[in-house]
Amino acid sequence: MEDIKYIIESLLFVSESPLTVNRIQKVLGHDDTKEIHEALTALAAEYEARKGGFLLREVAGGYQIRSRPEYREWIKRLIQRTPLRLSKAALETLAIIAYKQPAIRSDIEHIRGVDCGGILRMLLERKLIRILGRKQIPGRPLIYSTTKQFLEVFDLKDLKDLPTPDEIESLGNSFSEMPD
Amino acid sequence: MQEEAYQVKLDNIFEGPMDLLVHLIKKHEVDIYDIPIAMITDQYLKYLQWMESMNIDVAGDFIVMAATLTQIKSKMLLPIHENEDDQEDPRLQIARPLAEYLQMKSAAERLAARDLLGENIFARNPDQEELLAGRQDEILKLGLFELIDAFQQILKKISPDDKVRIAADSISVKNRISQLVDIFESRESVTFEELFPAGAVKSEVIVTFLAVLEMVRLSLVRIVQHVQTGVIRLFYI
Repeated sequence: MEDIKYIIESLLFVSESPLTVNRIQKVLGHDDTKEIHEALTALAAEYEARKGGFLLREVAGGYQIRSRPEYREWIKRLIQRTPLRLSKAALETLAIIAYKQPAIRSDIEHIRGVDCGGILRMLLERKLIRILGRKQIPGRPLIYSTTKQFLEVFDLKDLKDLPTPDEIESLGNSFSEMPD
Repeated sequence: MQEEAYQVKLDNIFEGPMDLLVHLIKKHEVDIYDIPIAMITDQYLKYLQWMESMNIDVAGDFIVMAATLTQIKSKMLLPIHENEDDQEDPRLQIARPLAEYLQMKSAAERLAARDLLGENIFARNPDQEELLAGRQDEILKLGLFELIDAFQQILKKISPDDKVRIAADSISVKNRISQLVDIFESRESVTFEELFPAGAVKSEVIVTFLAVLEMVRLSLVRIVQHVQTGVIRLFYI
């Protein structure tokens, strides 16, 4: 048991992308995924107890060692990287695709009320969204969905992990209470 | 209707009509399912005038929204007949999209508040793209004709027996694109030959080739050829 835990830890350490349980299972030649899950949980708990520089996150269907958010300023001093910086408009567009996918451009523009062509191109370039194909309706519009990269960047396990948007009730009475 | 001093704030330029409407509704703290339509319409039109006076190009979208608001306002003035039970509040025409937009806005805010990779949280090897960027000196961009040549080479490899076979449920170009995208998502780059497995039926090979062409047209992939080895590689953009 102890052994497996540290083997997995070494795999996580060298892996460049989130490591799935399946992949770990293949590497270990193990039939039992339960032990792998237990080892991963144990590792996560160890890192949590240690409160060190990194932690274990479940992202994009796999596991990845990531730096603790508290130390972001230091890491930014180490690596000069242009940050993600998505505009409000880009985030809204991305949110609509994430929640409504598969989505076509007119769905998005219908909700936002403005042209989204440029933003879509930018999101495609950054690989946060991808084209699934064309919808078989007049004009054959492109169909968009989010990518694995999107899950990785937004620290999400899978699409079900998306935060629930606020209900609009905070802004007023609900529908049913409306007078006829 | 209250009279308000008109303050000009330059940081308050609205991205679209929905944005402006949300601003007005928040400012006046009104319930989106019970919008005081006359007041909001009035305010909305004032903003449009102001934007025009500031020489901001008012896009057609803003005008459409103004027309919609005015139409709702006039509908509200019509008497409601008792027997028309199914007649819904005309303001729903604007309340529904507003509710949806606000919901997506809140979703966007929640997404932005997460621990963003490269912002709040970091993984090892964060700069893969930079590593790849340094290796581009030995490849050249490929024209359509080289691609067709390569395709003909692959067609030649298919055994002649296959030529008469009729594939009952062949895969569509669209589905093949989706499969290819999955491959690219996991691998970043693939050689042209790898896309055509040895035992492939001719129809499959053609669908794959059409899929590649379509993907190039949609700028989903970049195709390059290595100068020395002549290997054609496809990169996912």
